[in-house]
Amino acid sequence: MTPTLPSPGPTPPLPARIADWLAGRGWQLLPHQAAMLAVSGPGSGGAAPDGAASTLLIAPTGAGKTLAGFLPSLIDLCETPRAGLHTLYISPLRALAADMARNLDQPVAQMGLPIRIEARTGDTPQSRRRRQRIDPPHILLSTPESLAVMLSQPEAAQTFAPLKRVIVDEVHALAGTLRGDQLALCLARLRRLAPGLRVVGLSASVGAPQAIADYLDPAGTQILRAEAAPPPDLGILPAPPAPWAGGGGRHAVAAVLAAIRAHRQVIVFHNTRAQAELFFHALWLANDDNLPIALHHGSLDRATREKVEAAMAAGRLRAVVATGSLDLGLDWGAVDLVIQIGAPKNVKRLVQRIGRAGHRPDHVPKARLVPANRFEAIECHAALRAVAAGLLEPEPPRPGAREVLCQHILMTACAGPFDADALLAEARAAGPYVDLSRAEFDDCLSFCATGGYALRAYDRWQRLVCRDGLWRLRDPRSARDIRMNLGTITGREMTRVRARRGPDLGEIEEAFAATLRPGEHFLIGGQVVRFDALRETVAEVTPAPGRIPRIAVYSGGKFSTSATLCAEVAALLADPAPLDPDSRDWIALQGARSGLPGMGRLLIETFPLDGRPHLAVWGLAGRNAQQTLGLLLTQRMEEAGLGPLGFVASDHATLVWSVDPAPDPAALLSAQGLRAGLEGWLRGNALMKRTFRDVATVAGLLAPNRPGARKSGRQATFSSDILYDTLARHEPDHLMLRLTRVAAMRGLIDFERLEEMLARVAGRIEHRALDRLPPLIAPLLLEAGRVPIEGAGRARLEAAEAARLMAEAGLEENGLGEGGLGDRVPGKTGQA
Amino acid sequence: MSFRFTLCGLALEARAAGTLFVPDLATLIVADLHLGKAARMARQGGALLPPYETAQTLERLGAEIAATRPARVIALGDSFDDDAARALPPPEAAQLATLCAGRDWIWIAGNHDPAGAPEAMTLGPLVLRHIARPGARAEISGHFHPKARIGAGRARPAFLIDRDRVILPAFGTYTGGLSADDPALAGLMRADALAVLTGDRALAVPLAGLSPARGRRNGARQGARR
Repeated sequence: MTPTLPSPGPTPPLPARIADWLAGRGWQLLPHQAAMLAVSGPGSGGAAPDGAASTLLIAPTGAGKTLAGFLPSLIDLCETPRAGLHTLYISPLRALAADMARNLDQPVAQMGLPIRIEARTGDTPQSRRRRQRIDPPHILLSTPESLAVMLSQPEAAQTFAPLKRVIVDEVHALAGTLRGDQLALCLARLRRLAPGLRVVGLSASVGAPQAIADYLDPAGTQILRAEAAPPPDLGILPAPPAPWAGGGGRHAVAAVLAAIRAHRQVIVFHNTRAQAELFFHALWLANDDNLPIALHHGSLDRATREKVEAAMAAGRLRAVVATGSLDLGLDWGAVDLVIQIGAPKNVKRLVQRIGRAGHRPDHVPKARLVPANRFEAIECHAALRAVAAGLLEPEPPRPGAREVLCQHILMTACAGPFDADALLAEARAAGPYVDLSRAEFDDCLSFCATGGYALRAYDRWQRLVCRDGLWRLRDPRSARDIRMNLGTITGREMTRVRARRGPDLGEIEEAFAATLRPGEHFLIGGQVVRFDALRETVAEVTPAPGRIPRIAVYSGGKFSTSATLCAEVAALLADPAPLDPDSRDWIALQGARSGLPGMGRLLIETFPLDGRPHLAVWGLAGRNAQQTLGLLLTQRMEEAGLGPLGFVASDHATLVWSVDPAPDPAALLSAQGLRAGLEGWLRGNALMKRTFRDVATVAGLLAPNRPGARKSGRQATFSSDILYDTLARHEPDHLMLRLTRVAAMRGLIDFERLEEMLARVAGRIEHRALDRLPPLIAPLLLEAGRVPIEGAGRARLEAAEAARLMAEAGLEENGLGEGGLGDRVPGKTGQA
Repeated sequence: MSFRFTLCGLALEARAAGTLFVPDLATLIVADLHLGKAARMARQGGALLPPYETAQTLERLGAEIAATRPARVIALGDSFDDDAARALPPPEAAQLATLCAGRDWIWIAGNHDPAGAPEAMTLGPLVLRHIARPGARAEISGHFHPKARIGAGRARPAFLIDRDRVILPAFGTYTGGLSADDPALAGLMRADALAVLTGDRALAVPLAGLSPARGRRNGARQGARR
C-alpha cells in the first residue's frame, strides 16, 4: 500500500450542534480533518475506501491533529447516543492524557453533547479506577501501561466489547520502542474484543511513514498527510564562542536571557537532566530582571512538574528549562521560541522540539541552537543542515521484543484462562509481531509457565498451568503481583531526595548517591543542597544556597547521535567552509597536529595525559557503538596485560586509559579480533547485566514492585546480577539470556553500527602517536559516564586504597596482632 | 587470600569466600545459607528464579570444606529458607549429605529455622549464635547479611569484626544484604571495627572509612519478622 493523499470522497455533513459550535468560533475544517471524517467517520461505512480499518494521520504540530482524531467520535456519539466505552485515546504521556480530558470537556459541554470523558492513568485514584471498571466513560484517555492493566482485569472483555475507535497520539514516539510493542499487543487484543474497531494513529513528521502504518495495523493502514508546514525559522543563537571544552552551555546564559526577554514564552531544551540543572542554576544567578523561569525534568517530583506545566499553560512563566520530559506534551500556544542547548542527537527529535514552538496555526516555529562546546558547534551546524534538507532518520522496522510478549502472556493469564493458539494468532496481528514463530511463542509461554529451565525444578510450582486445554495462573493471588509490575519502563535505580522536615525534591541516580559523603553539596531542582544522610532509601538534604555544588549525575536521556547526523558531521570535518571561523581554526589545528576523523578511515590517537597513556578512536559511530568499542578494547587490553582502567565514549570517539600503553593500537582494532572478543566478552560485562535486569524485569522474572514492602530498586540490582551470573553459568542458552543479547545488540551494545563502521573503514587505520592531548578530543574528557574497568588494573588500585585507609587508621592491613582485639573471655570448647 | 586475626586469643581466618575458619579447632563456620530460597518463592506463586542457587551454594561450601578440611562445620542459622525447604530435592540432599559425611555438623537455630536446633553454643572462648546480642563478648553471629563497598566499587558481602564480636556475611547465593553502616549494624559494632570484604581476596577496611550507605536491604529485616 502506498501513502495516499487526503481522500477525495465526500465529507459527511456535520451534526448541527457540532457545525454550529465550529461556526461560532469562525472555524472551518482543515482538509486533513475533513479527510479523516471521510475515511474514518461514522458515515464512511466503517472502513476506508480501500478497506483499511486503520488510519495514520501525519500532520505537523499545531495543525489540529487532535480535533481530526476526535471529531468522528463526537459526531458518532452525537448522532447515536449510547452507554459504554466508545473511544479510547492513548498518549505516551500521562500528563497529556489528563490534559486532553480537560481540553475535550469544554467543547463537549459547549456543544451540549451527552458525552462523558475521563482519564485513566497511573495517577488515577483507586476508587475512580474501580468505578471506571463498572461504569466506563464514553471517551477514556489513557497510556499504554494503564491500558495493559485494564486489559488484565477479568471484566476486560465486557468493558471493551462496545469500543468503536482507538486514537493513538504521537504514535511515532511509541513505534519501535518496548512501550510500542506492548501497545501493539494490546491493540491486537482490542481488535479481537471489539470486532470492527477503527484505529487512528496521529503523528508528527516521520522518516518512514509506511513503517509506522505497518506498526499500527499490519492488516492495512491508510496514510493521510496534512499540508506541509512552512519551513521553520532556524539558526544558531548569537552568543560568545563556546568554550574549548565543557558542557551545559553556561557561556550562553546572558544570550539566552536576552532571548527570553525578547519573546513571550521560551522552552530551553537540554539533552540531560544534569545539564538542565546546572544551566537553570546559572540562569537563576544571572536573572537580574527576575523573569519567571522554571525547571522541568523527569527526576523532579511530580507535583513540582505539574505546577510548572500549569504555570506555563496559564502564561505565568516566561521560560522553562527542560529535558526530553517536554519533547511531547501539552499545547502551549504562547511558546514562540525553542532554544536547544547542546547538540541534538537526532534530527527527528530536533524537529519535534522545534514543533513545540509552533502550536498556533498562523505561527512559523522558531528555534535556535546553542552549541555547548566547540565540537558541538560542528554538530549543531550538521543538525541544521539535516533539518533544512529534510533528512529524517528512517525508522527501521524491528521485530517486537519477546520480553514484552512474556509480560503480555502473564497479563493475559490475569484476565482469565486462555488458549495458546488463539493468543499466538492474536499476537501475530500486532505490527511488531507479524513474523513471530510458533517456536518463539512457545519459548515465551514455557518461560512464563515453568521458568523455562532445563532443570525442571518447578513442575509442582508452575506459574501457569494448562487445564482443559486452557492456560491459567496456578495461584490466582499472583495476579496482583503481575499487575503491579505491568509496564516496560525500567528506570535506572534512583534515590529520592527529601529536604529535612521538608518536601520531596526529586531523585538522583543511586550510583551518584552512593558517592556522596555527608556535608557534600549537589544540585537538585535548581537549588544547591547539602547531603546529610541516607535514611531508608531517601537521601536527606538541607538547602545550602551559595555553596559550590557537585553535579548530580543522571545517565538517563543519553541517546546515540544518529547515523544521519554522524555522516553530516564527517562531511563538515572534511569541508569546514560552512562553519564559523572558530570551528574552522580548530579543525585546521587538529589537522596540523594530528589528523581528521572521517567516514572512510579510522583515526586513532595515542598520547599521555595525567601520567597515564590514553588511546582515542574516532569511529563516528554513535555513543552506544563507541561505548561498546570501549568495552571490547579494554577487554583486549586486559588480555594483553596493559591494565586498562576505564574509558569514556562520545558519539564520535572512544577514549581509553590504562596503566601501560598499547604498543600496537591498530592491532587491537582488527575487525576479526573485535568480533571474536564480542562473544566472550558479552557474557561478563556490566552493560549486559544492566540490560539483563531490564529484560528480566519486563519479562516478569524480577518484580520490582511488591505489595506491601516496596523494595528498593537496589535490591533488584543485587539479585539480578547474581541471577545473571547463575544463568550464564548453568544455562547460557536460557531465553532471558538470549533476549538480553538481542536487546543489548540493538540498544546499549549497538554492535550493528560498530559493524557498519568497520565495513566503511575497511582496514584503513591511521595511527597518530602524539606527545600531548590532541585538540579535537578535549570535550570528551568532560563527558560524564566514565566506565571503570573491574580488572587487574583496578584491583591493584583498590588494594592500594584499602592499604591507605588501614594505614590512616593506624592498622596493619592483615593481622590485628595479639591483644589488638581483645579481652580474653574464659571459656571451654563447647559442643552443642 | 584470607584475613587473619584473633578474637579472645583464638586465631581466626575470615576467608575471601565468606566463611570463618578456626584452624586450631579445625572448625569452619558459615552463616545464612538460605538453602531452597528459589523454591520457596516459586511455591508462593512468585517469579521462577533460576533453580541452581542451592546447588551453587553447596558447591561453594564444598570448595571451602575441601580447602580447609575441617573436623567440624557450624552453620550459624537460617540454613534453610523455610521449613518446607528442609526437604531439599534429591540431588541437593545428596550433595549436602556428602558434605556432612566424615565430620561433625552443627546446625544453630535461626529465625527461619524451626525450634529444636540449639540457639547458641560455645567454641573455645567463643559463643556462637544466630543474632548478635548487644553487649555480648567473644561472639560469632550471622543474620544481618552485612555488605560494604570501597570507594565507588561494587558492594560486597562483608565480615564485621571488632574486639568483641564477628558478624559473618550471608553465604547463600540469592541473599540480599544490609549495608554495614546501617544503624542496626553500626549500633552493634565498636567505633574501631573493621569490615572485611569478600570476593577474590579478603579486603579489610575500617568500618568508619567506608563509602556511605547504599540504603538498607530488607532481606535481613524480613528474616527477623518471619
